[in-house]
Parts: sequence; structure tokens; C-alpha cells
Amino acid sequence: MADVAVPLGEASAQAPAFESPDFEVVPRRGLIAVAVVLAAVIAAIAADKLWPLAFLHFVGGASWTIIDLFLGFVIGPILGRLSPPAKVEFSTRMMPKMVLIMPTVVTATLAAGWQLGVHLGTVQSNYYNHGWTVASFIVVGAMAVIALGLLEPANIAVLIELKKPKPNPAVIERLMKRFIYTAGATGVMQIATLVIMTKLTVG
Amino acid sequence: MAERRLPPVTEVGMASLALIVAGGIYLAAHLPKHVPLTPAIVLLAASVALLAGNVLALARVPGFAWASFFAVARWALLAYLVIAGMIEYSFLRDHVRGGPLVILTLSLIVFAVHVPMLIGFTVARFHDPAQAA
Repeated sequence: MADVAVPLGEASAQAPAFESPDFEVVPRRGLIAVAVVLAAVIAAIAADKLWPLAFLHFVGGASWTIIDLFLGFVIGPILGRLSPPAKVEFSTRMMPKMVLIMPTVVTATLAAGWQLGVHLGTVQSNYYNHGWTVASFIVVGAMAVIALGLLEPANIAVLIELKKPKPNPAVIERLMKRFIYTAGATGVMQIATLVIMTKLTVG
Repeated sequence: MAERRLPPVTEVGMASLALIVAGGIYLAAHLPKHVPLTPAIVLLAASVALLAGNVLALARVPGFAWASFFAVARWALLAYLVIAGMIEYSFLRDHVRGGPLVILTLSLIVFAVHVPMLIGFTVARFHDPAQAA
């Protein structure tokens, strides 16, 4: 019942330590955009109008799908072939943005999507395609557990490691692999979401 | 090579989250019909037990980087309380009441505590308190 933490001493000895550029773990200016999106979601749920709910759900869902697939299948393989300093340079620029983008996109998609389902009646058990709706709950639930348990912690941890005076490249590589692999896994599940959502749309 | 052995906090945390997600799906799949609450209560109780086990297991790790853990987990807790609050608002907006509301609210509390704990753990496990000192 125990797993093993990364051997910090050995990793440090094997990989040369180097300095990473200064950056904000959570970009403060980006919090304004996050607040705007979350306020829009709350307003859309309160108003319970079809167009705002559909807009937020479709835009959020499309963004979530595209980001996961792009990270897992385009950025991931490229990142794997970069030199350690290039990986650090890239990670310090991309990962702070991901800290804000992914939770916001996921929250907006799911919150607006649930309210849209209530508005349209597609989440009711008497809906004729109810089985497909429940299937979407299961796929989204699995994606949420992976994202919350693996992807988001790896995102934050890699940034905290990069903030250290001498970041450990072995730790960064391990966390970035975890981030990219889990993004790829959720990307594959997004394909199942696309199948379900198109089925629900056409009936 | 000195290796720190740590309890499987991430794995247990994901199992705990999976249980409350399963409970939420069970309740949502039966709307608007009356639904027996026992399966959802059992799933929630198991999830809470895993959360408690995770806290106890982590508390017993000697030399764990608690400063790093709390430095990150407290801000993550704030963020996930906001998200949980939004979800709770949507439940209230949709007139969820009674037993299902209690179960979903408690599930949200588990979610809002366990996710920051996983984030704090993932950060702290790569932090060597001896090096920091």
C-alpha cells in the first residue's frame, strides 16, 4: 500500500539543474477573464435562456475537446523531443495559462450543459434518448476524475517545481509526461463525447 | 539512494472522487422520479471513508513537506470552493430538495476538500524538506 516518491537526490545528480525564467504560477491578469466567464455562466443559469446556455456549453465543450486532443496528440509528441532547457522554457509559458484555462472551460461546459439539459428536458429520465444522456454523464464523470486527480495536480506541481531556484529537470519531465498523457487519455474520451453529443443533437 | 515511501494518496483520492461521481450520476439518471437514496448514501460514505483514510495516512508520513502542501492546497481549496459553490447554486436553481440535496452537498464538500489535497500532495511529494532547510 505504498508508492515511491521520486528519488530527489539521484534525479538531481543525473540531470543538470538550470534556472527557469521568472513567471507567475497563476497569471493574475488572466483571473479577470476567468471571472468574466464564470459570471456569464452564473447569469446564463439564472436567466435559464436557451441561447446563452447553448453558447457557453458549445463553445466550452468544443474548446475542451480541441485543447485535450491538441495537447495529447500534437504538443505532447513535440514536447517529448525537445531538449530539457527547451521543455522548461515551453512549460513556463504554457502551463500557467493552462492553470486558468482548463478549470474555467470545464466548469463552464458542465454547468451550462447541465442547465441546458434541464431547459431542454434531455436530462429527464423520460427523455427518449435517456440512455445516451446517462452515457454522457459516465464519460464526463470519468474524464473529470482523471482531470481532477492527475492532470490538474501535475499542472500545478510542475509550475511549483519551475519556481524553485534550481528546478529539477527529472521531476519536470515526469510531471509533464503525466500531464500530456492524461490530456491525451481525456482527448480519446472526448471522441466518445462527440459521438454521444451528435447523437443527442440529431435524436 | 534515499527514497521516501509515501501512501497512495493520489490513487485513493481518485477512487474517492469516482465514488461521489458515481453517486451523482445515479441520482441524476433518475430525475425527476423519486429515487431510493441508499445506493447514493453508501457511495458517499465510502468516499468519505477514503478521504479520512487519506488524511490519516498522509498525517503519519514522517518529514512530509507540510509547508509546501498547505501553501498550495489553501489556494486550491479557495478555487474549488468557488466551483463547488457554483454547482450548489445550480442545484438550488433547479429546485433540488431534501435527501438528494443533502447527499449532493456533502459530495461537493468531499470534492472541494479532496481535489486541493491531491494538488497539495503532488506538489509536496517532490519537495525535499531537508533541501529546503
